Amino acid sequence: MATAAAEQRPVPFAGELWQRAKGGTLGRLLKAVMSNRKATAGLVILLAFSFLALFPGVVAHDNPNAEVYPPSLGPSAAHLLGTTAYGQDLFAQLVYSTRQSMFIAVVAGGLATVLSVAVGVSAAYLGGLADDVLSLVTDVFLVLPAFPLVVVIAAYSKNGGDSILIAVLVVTGWSYGARQLRVQALSLRNRDFLVAARLRGERSWRVIFSELLPTMTSLIVAIFLGTTIYSVITAAGLQFVGLGNPETLSWGTMLYWAQNNEALQAGSPLWAIMPGVCIALLGAGFALLQYAFDEVSNPALRPVRRRRRR
Amino acid sequence: MTPVLSVRGLSVDYLGQGGAARAVDSVSFDLSSGEFLAVVGESGCGKSTLLFAIARLLSPPAELAGGSVTFRGINMVAMSDKQLRALRWSALSVVMQSAMNALNPVTSIGAQFADSMRAHGERDKRKIRARSEEVLRMVGIDPVHLRSYPHQLSGGMRQRAMIAMALLFSPELILMDEPTSALDVVAQRSLMVQVKQLQAQLGFAVIFVTHDMSLVSHFSDRVLVMYAGQVVESQATQRLFEAPLHPYTQGLLDAFPSVRGPKAVLEGIPGSPPDLSRLPAGCNFSPRCPKVMPACLEEGPGLRNVGEAEVRCLLYAKQVPGRRPAAPAGEEALRA
Amino acid sequence: MRFVLRRLGFFLLTLWACLTINFVLPRLMPGNPAIAMMARYKGKLNGTALKALEIAFGVNSNESALRQYFSYLGNTLSGHFGTSLTFFPEQVSKVVFSALPWTLGLVGVTTVLAFAVGTLVGVGSAWRRNGAFDSLLPPLFVILGAFPYFFLAMLALLLFAVTLHWFPQGFGYSGTDTVSFTWHFVADVLRHAVLPGLTILVTSVGGWVLTMRNNMISVLAEDYVRMARAKGLSPARIMFNYAGRNAVLPNLTGFAMSLGFVVSGAILVEYVFDYPGVGYMLLQAVENEDYALMQTLFLFITVAVLVAVLVMDFVTIVLDPRTRVQA
Repeated sequence: MATAAAEQRPVPFAGELWQRAKGGTLGRLLKAVMSNRKATAGLVILLAFSFLALFPGVVAHDNPNAEVYPPSLGPSAAHLLGTTAYGQDLFAQLVYSTRQSMFIAVVAGGLATVLSVAVGVSAAYLGGLADDVLSLVTDVFLVLPAFPLVVVIAAYSKNGGDSILIAVLVVTGWSYGARQLRVQALSLRNRDFLVAARLRGERSWRVIFSELLPTMTSLIVAIFLGTTIYSVITAAGLQFVGLGNPETLSWGTMLYWAQNNEALQAGSPLWAIMPGVCIALLGAGFALLQYAFDEVSNPALRPVRRRRRR
Repeated sequence: MTPVLSVRGLSVDYLGQGGAARAVDSVSFDLSSGEFLAVVGESGCGKSTLLFAIARLLSPPAELAGGSVTFRGINMVAMSDKQLRALRWSALSVVMQSAMNALNPVTSIGAQFADSMRAHGERDKRKIRARSEEVLRMVGIDPVHLRSYPHQLSGGMRQRAMIAMALLFSPELILMDEPTSALDVVAQRSLMVQVKQLQAQLGFAVIFVTHDMSLVSHFSDRVLVMYAGQVVESQATQRLFEAPLHPYTQGLLDAFPSVRGPKAVLEGIPGSPPDLSRLPAGCNFSPRCPKVMPACLEEGPGLRNVGEAEVRCLLYAKQVPGRRPAAPAGEEALRA
Repeated sequence: MRFVLRRLGFFLLTLWACLTINFVLPRLMPGNPAIAMMARYKGKLNGTALKALEIAFGVNSNESALRQYFSYLGNTLSGHFGTSLTFFPEQVSKVVFSALPWTLGLVGVTTVLAFAVGTLVGVGSAWRRNGAFDSLLPPLFVILGAFPYFFLAMLALLLFAVTLHWFPQGFGYSGTDTVSFTWHFVADVLRHAVLPGLTILVTSVGGWVLTMRNNMISVLAEDYVRMARAKGLSPARIMFNYAGRNAVLPNLTGFAMSLGFVVSGAILVEYVFDYPGVGYMLLQAVENEDYALMQTLFLFITVAVLVAVLVMDFVTIVLDPRTRVQA
């Protein structure tokens, strides 16, 4: 949309945009993130992975699926991390797998968060019988052990693909957030600004969306991050035991094949370790960001800095 | 007679992101044995902070920034934790605002009484029990409630239980932080009457923090009025109510209606208390003062003696004995 | 009393949900996968046992779904879980009970240890806010907690077993020994349990430290802690009796909830170490399409978690007198 005029003075125009962005909500969030070291670290990690997910070809030049190289090589200049027992370039596999892992994590995390918000906030807002029923359902799902349930569902639908995987993650991952959201929504429910909105005659939906939810933003973000971590780890676990689609390219399936070929014992430890490192790093990125969000919403948790005596 | 408590130049800072805010600014006063001193002011004027500073119960981000607190001749500020602990409760005890928050919710009242007794060396279970029952009876609570948990008592009973706990060692000084705010008017009065009775009986001194002027007028001997961390007036109660000196005190008294007497128009004090990290130059009260003079905006007044009272106001600058009579109130008076 | 009844009701409700899930799932999946599985029983099993399985999975049964449901419930609640394909012709119940003690031992001990250690470290970390302790530990535990359980297991296996040969590479005990209670056997079992146990311990302790620390920090700001200081109590007493006791309460309910995650992790750890517990068996069952065994294992795992939840509820009642009022 750059006009000729704007092109002639690109810097000031960008500067103005920057000023406007800084003032808005996104700006304030970014500022909070930047001032917290943990959050910055987490964000950097996530951005790096996002880049890899979107543009894997920029970093890795080999075709990850091509089984053309000599198998089980160690790291070298040609193959940064060596090759798998099937002759695939390990580094390329690792980089290209980022997309699938991140995609599943973010989609499952997002959907589960939406479900958490819907159930948790409704339960708190509606109260009475609706609250009792919704809370009961939440508690039951919370207590049912997630991974065994995930295993059972996956067992019945072998090779169901990503959509089944995501569905399973959402079904088992929403309840934790719903509980937390309900507690917070309950405490906010009787605050003056909400009572005032109801008295003004605003309909419930409007009150919930324009008054209640904005105040719960930091909790919702923290829950999204937490659910994403859960999705990353659980998806990896499922794929590791062979219950995902073994043909897809993801870190979990890489581990599956590595385990199948006894990579650890057979002297190709990198094959078994590197995908795990990536999973852990991605999870850590989300976790650091989540920890920082906890600190933002609860200032008491921030690190205490000693004042130097004058 | 040597005072029970002697505070000199006590200051407390709150450390924040943007620097320090001085919550208590160089407060000094003496407290005699058996005296009931009220400390009044609006919310945020530093009165509770002052109390906790005296008891050395401050927690971050509040920090003691200077001054001394001499109790029984020893400077408490210089004491080590161990020495303090020996002093705590046995010589000086505290009653807090909300008993529901100040009592441990998961242990019984009796256990909390026993805690403090054991901390001071009393191990005999029977003696502990006997003393606990005795203090409960003193405040009019049936000793069977030693077994009760805080949430099982009514608000008034909880508050009285806290006072009972404060009496365990018959201390010389009891610090009370708005102990009646959470109670209704009837319970308030009954509690205050009880406190005064106990005071007459046991002879302890009290520092009583409150924002309720009516309680002050009925029950205290002397009053300390605080504003924005500073003491602005200090007088015997009776005289304060008859002739308040500082404009802020006058405003406070005007804001409280009297039940008897002619109907008068209630006047509040316009404006709101200042942000402690951004105090005005000159007198802290100047933005809201109905009697403000140009000199008030220049330099903050010090605490001066006016007869038996102490006031922090430029209006009385001329009344200090030995000063040149000031012509137009202004810088000359300040430089005197 | 009402509280007790409510919790028992919740227990039963979740149990019912678990059983219903087991019943409904195979029927929901396109082309009931149980049909293929049933074919493997044909000829090997007949009579009531076969019929029970057919009812449980909705194969070959002419009865209505509802009648099947109630027959299935009746069978399960009376302990007839069917015959295992993986360990044919053993009964599922027998097979499950042989694996249960291994997992209970491993997971039970490490979880309790992780909770205890995590709670203590959390309390200490919150108490000394300014130390290196507090600025290093939380981020460290946050990162550790993001590690998938099985990854740490693999690393541990690689480092301590394969490379250093300090510990055996897998299984619950050395293959040649028979199960007995001799000291030699017990020592062998313990040696095999160290790596899996440590893995679970290390990954789960972080969560406890963090939540306990956060709780402690909130509690330390409370008036009754200040009051305890005013009374001249020793720091140790304040830390444990006043702050700690109150801060641990939310964690107790959380403990049971987190058991779900611990169980998940344990399954994978067992898989990596070939440890003969319930989790390993679950994965074996999946591999062999042994749905009867799989469902029963799921049921037992759920029951174990529920029992833990109930136990924690009662511990909370003991420690927090306010809950007794609601009871």
